[in-house]
Amino acid sequence: MSTIVIDNTFEDPTRRAPLVLNHHDFGSVTDEVCWVNESPKPPLAWYITFVISLSLLGMLGGLIMYLFATGVGVWGNQNPVMWGFPIVNFVFWVGIGHAGTLISAILFLFRQKWRTAINRFAEAMTIFAVMCAGLFPGIHVGRVWFAYWLFPIPNQMNMWPQFRSPLLWDVFAVGTYATVSVLFWYLGMVPDLATLRDRSKTKLRAILYGIFSLGWRGSMRHWHRYERGYLLLAALATPLVLSVHSVVSFDFAVAQLPGWHTTIFPPYFVAGAIFSGFAMVMTLAIPARQIWGLKNFITMRHLENMNKIILLTGSMVGYAYSTEFFVAWYSGAMYESFAFVNRAFGQHWWAYWIMVSCNVLTPQVFWFKAARRSIPIMFIACLLVNVGMWFERFVIVISLEQDFLPSSWAYYKPTWVDIGMLVGSFGLFMTMFMLFIRFLPVIAIAEVKAIMPEANPHRGHDHHDDDSDHATMEARS
Amino acid sequence: MTTASASMSATATPQRKRKLYGLMAEFATPAEVLHAAKRVRAEGYRWWDCFVPFPVHGLDKAMGVKPTILPILVFGCGLTGTIVAVLLQWFTNGTSFEFWALVPVIGYDFMISGKPASSIPAWIPVVFELTVLLASVGCFLLVLLLNGLPRFYHPVFRVPSFARATDDRFFLLIEARDPQFYRDKTETLLRSLNPIALEEVQD
Repeated sequence: MSTIVIDNTFEDPTRRAPLVLNHHDFGSVTDEVCWVNESPKPPLAWYITFVISLSLLGMLGGLIMYLFATGVGVWGNQNPVMWGFPIVNFVFWVGIGHAGTLISAILFLFRQKWRTAINRFAEAMTIFAVMCAGLFPGIHVGRVWFAYWLFPIPNQMNMWPQFRSPLLWDVFAVGTYATVSVLFWYLGMVPDLATLRDRSKTKLRAILYGIFSLGWRGSMRHWHRYERGYLLLAALATPLVLSVHSVVSFDFAVAQLPGWHTTIFPPYFVAGAIFSGFAMVMTLAIPARQIWGLKNFITMRHLENMNKIILLTGSMVGYAYSTEFFVAWYSGAMYESFAFVNRAFGQHWWAYWIMVSCNVLTPQVFWFKAARRSIPIMFIACLLVNVGMWFERFVIVISLEQDFLPSSWAYYKPTWVDIGMLVGSFGLFMTMFMLFIRFLPVIAIAEVKAIMPEANPHRGHDHHDDDSDHATMEARS
Repeated sequence: MTTASASMSATATPQRKRKLYGLMAEFATPAEVLHAAKRVRAEGYRWWDCFVPFPVHGLDKAMGVKPTILPILVFGCGLTGTIVAVLLQWFTNGTSFEFWALVPVIGYDFMISGKPASSIPAWIPVVFELTVLLASVGCFLLVLLLNGLPRFYHPVFRVPSFARATDDRFFLLIEARDPQFYRDKTETLLRSLNPIALEEVQD
């Protein structure tokens, strides 16, 4: 492997920027990605993160036990804020999940080849985020042993779920989303699992990767159907990703409550979901590429592209905030106006302003190229966006605390169990993610090879010239 | 490129008595395998395949792989999802008759928030989700089924150098069951394509 470093962040329309840096052949791509899984020991940072995450996961498990043993009264959910933290966390985590499918499906349909370096990552993140999301409504039902009532299963009471309720749509939307995300992720991973199988040095690895790679042997006749199937899954997942958060927003928008009953919710939730999801991808990708030396794959150009998307979706979210306020005023509805003024200047005013400053103001730094390319700036900005997007859901849910009846007004306070579970859900998320990084291919190896200039069979046999030549050759051809 | 010609001798070493499955040529670049595929197809072979670490652009066309029926089947799966969702919601919330499906089931048409029992607009989200769900699950299973996967054993896995088919090498296999297959003639053809190695695949 040579040590030529190329800057691929140039914006020259006549030259195609290389997507993989410092690589001359397919073998070095395989070696470098598989090293994450094959190195005898993961880096120290992995152990530290894993131990912390596992402890938090243990805490989450303990708190769930406590909840089951005691009842939902351990949470701060009180009239009139009946949903509280569990629904805030649910919407937050579902939103995080959206970037994965956006990157893997929508960018795939748009032929955005830069997605290949980050799609596996983002898809894994999606699945783990949806796991965290599914947890909260699951434990929120009160009598968890009756959670199967959510599904249309014939039962001794001859009762069925109520299909006119958005809460049931949620069950189908999130269930479908989780299933399709797992299938999409796994189907994309099969060829890479075969790569790990063929490189495995121990019997155990060979057997396990062998089972999960389903006997994939890279037959071109298989690839043909596989590519077609992948395209179809992408086409199915694209409307799905837009539908999921729309359906989640129906939980609020269909309710006839001031501050919730608005038609702007579906697009505003989807934009916010993509926004928060990209911020979370960045939060994970920035340390991972440093620790495992994946900078040749997740290049500065990738990060810059993601920052641009964060800027775009962050501005859309900001626009939605202002539209909400405008509509609240323009509608002339007393309760609607009160709900919004109360969000900004009421008892939880600080939550509202955390939301606005993190979600609307922070991404504006990405107008500057220097900020889009500065690792510390983008990392801090993305952390702030994560915080801001959590508070966005908090503000929406909490706005119920001053409803139509002043006699039922209250001040919502989360309990230590609420906060412990929020922190614990990060433990679940990070534990899964750390295991994923260690044992599964973190970058779509086959896809990355397919977008390298060498992969073009019409390039002839001169596969030893350097990448800058490829860029110009690509542009000419 | 270190083991470029090391395996050339594999054809000469006597193996246990096994049936010949085919002859496999190994190439280093996508261009070579594409060229080879064009030649092999022109020679009239039918039972042959290429094994590549990533889908080589244009190779399926060069091999004459027919368009797959997959999209039509997936459409059928999606349509099934739509119908199932409509029937499910209509029966459970819109009717009150009883029938027997493994267990006796009965519709439950209760009134809620003044909506009609069969409120079609409220059914749309579940119809959409089940359509996507069944189409996606069907797509995933059909990709595997049509490809004959999972199949954990295949004669090509006997060839040690085949491990690089998922790494950086491009293989072309002509199977012995092909009516055009003659041990010597086929070997001559494959050798003329300048492979870096030529292997006998035993069943």
